[in-house]
Amino acid sequence: MSQTIDFATLEQKSKIKNIILRWSLYFFLILFALYYLAPLYVMIITSLKSMAEIRQGNLLSLPKEILFDAWKVAWGGREYDAGNVYLRPYFWNSTKMVVPAVLVSTFLGAMNGYVLTKWRFKYDNLFFLMLLIGSFIPYQAILLPMARTLGTVGLSNSVLGLICVHSIYGIPFTTLFFRNYYISLPNELVKAARIDGAGFFKIFFKIILPISTPIIVVTVIWQFTNIWNDFLFGSSFSFGEAAPIQVALNNMVLTSTSVKEYNVDMAAAIIAGFPTLVVYVLLGKYFIRGLTAGSVKG
Amino acid sequence: MNWLSKYLPKIVLAPSFAAIIWFVYAFIGWTVYISFTNSKILPVYEFYGVINYFKLWSMPRWYVAIENLFIFSVLFLIICLVLGILLAIMLDQKIRMEGALKTIYLYPMALSFIVTGTVWKWMLNPTMGIEKLFQDWGFANFTFDWLTTPGLSIYCVVIAGVWQSSGFVMALFLAGLRSIDDQIIKAAKIDGAGIFNIYGKIILPMMKPVFFSAIVILIHISIKSYDLVVALTAGGPGISSDMPAVFMTAHAFHRSQIGIASTSAVMMVMAVLAIVVPYLYSELRKH
Repeated sequence: MSQTIDFATLEQKSKIKNIILRWSLYFFLILFALYYLAPLYVMIITSLKSMAEIRQGNLLSLPKEILFDAWKVAWGGREYDAGNVYLRPYFWNSTKMVVPAVLVSTFLGAMNGYVLTKWRFKYDNLFFLMLLIGSFIPYQAILLPMARTLGTVGLSNSVLGLICVHSIYGIPFTTLFFRNYYISLPNELVKAARIDGAGFFKIFFKIILPISTPIIVVTVIWQFTNIWNDFLFGSSFSFGEAAPIQVALNNMVLTSTSVKEYNVDMAAAIIAGFPTLVVYVLLGKYFIRGLTAGSVKG
Repeated sequence: MNWLSKYLPKIVLAPSFAAIIWFVYAFIGWTVYISFTNSKILPVYEFYGVINYFKLWSMPRWYVAIENLFIFSVLFLIICLVLGILLAIMLDQKIRMEGALKTIYLYPMALSFIVTGTVWKWMLNPTMGIEKLFQDWGFANFTFDWLTTPGLSIYCVVIAGVWQSSGFVMALFLAGLRSIDDQIIKAAKIDGAGIFNIYGKIILPMMKPVFFSAIVILIHISIKSYDLVVALTAGGPGISSDMPAVFMTAHAFHRSQIGIASTSAVMMVMAVLAIVVPYLYSELRKH
């Protein structure tokens, strides 16, 4: 008798417990979402305020009047102030840098991955290991000789120099991505084509490349994000007019004129982060795949 | 023609191979050699012994950098792991809006450390940032001036770093959780195990490889961290939030001490190798 009653109350209890658990789960999930979103919110509303309003209000207070002045200054500067830094020329520097560097490193990575998996040779694993270790090396160990090399060949402080640097140091990552993808493609694919008389390049362009779209997207996003966001190479190998956008943003924020203009800083930060953010929102699935693939490199 | 087709794969690989040999390994070799010379503004190639290593390890600034690296990496590692695992487990409870939440948790990874540093510099600003926000909310005596306090500014770097990278740990662990068989959780539930026991005693111990990857990557990020420090504190106030990577570039490009700079770079390489080599060894042995 008593057993059934116990059972009913137990069930009732666990139901309530479940509902509480569920609600607290959503509560915390949303709380954390707010934590991650807060800086973005602060960036956007601060960029739309005037400095007077920024001083009056606080971090989270909404602007009373939406102003785009800070955005204009961040992008195109002021007409009267001669020495100011603004982002437009550097945005184009970064664009000119990122497009060729991404294309070159992705193409080389695809070819390397193809050779390392479908045209294997003695000691190819050794090369793979060298690439793997190369992808972990802190770049501080190559900064000085690279700076000297760029100086010797006349490429220091130029967009072309940065294209070369990013293409070279992108090779380990792009090769790893493609190698790990191609290793899962059946070798019979290549063997059959070879029997039919197809050569090295024909197999690559006609058979391998058309089925590589997912990994190309992953690699391009990875390289684009890393090169666009790079600061170390940009700040070490360029200054002044050839600097990429992250270096310009940092200079802008550091430039201590009489008054600190946080609204301009925030607008500049959004502009500098905008391209990668758009790519992330549109192609987040591939972005995450690159992140997790890049971490487990075996 | 036959010769060509035989060697074609190797010819295609050759430029990349040469580039890696020269621009990675030969360059590291150069840096190692320079660390054994008395190079100041320009490299000199006369052997000078290990004096730079003794010099480096007697520099107070280097100790500040090492101490900060230690503080940063320990806190960054622990907080990112706890936060990332917590989020991953919560997201794994078959909840609504999972995609949207995941996107929100991970978007800081798409931003550069310079952008991250810029926004956090403004938010942590002692007079107008979070301090003012809490004062406006009624906590009149609230102060939060870590960013401009020597010895505390490094914790601001931790705060911003965690915000940027913890979503990544979440993604790693969520992928790991998804690869675990549902049956295990179901069986444990039937046995009457509570949700905390299931994760604490059964699921997480199964995810040792994910822990291993996450720890290696987070420490690797710590050792290399440069941009975030530059953007947020510029190593300051004074040199109080210096890190090895900042130390290296400061001596290489601003203080004309390329011997010391190379020595610090070699220390960084050794630190990375100490973590990465065992990791790669165990990863590659699996295959």
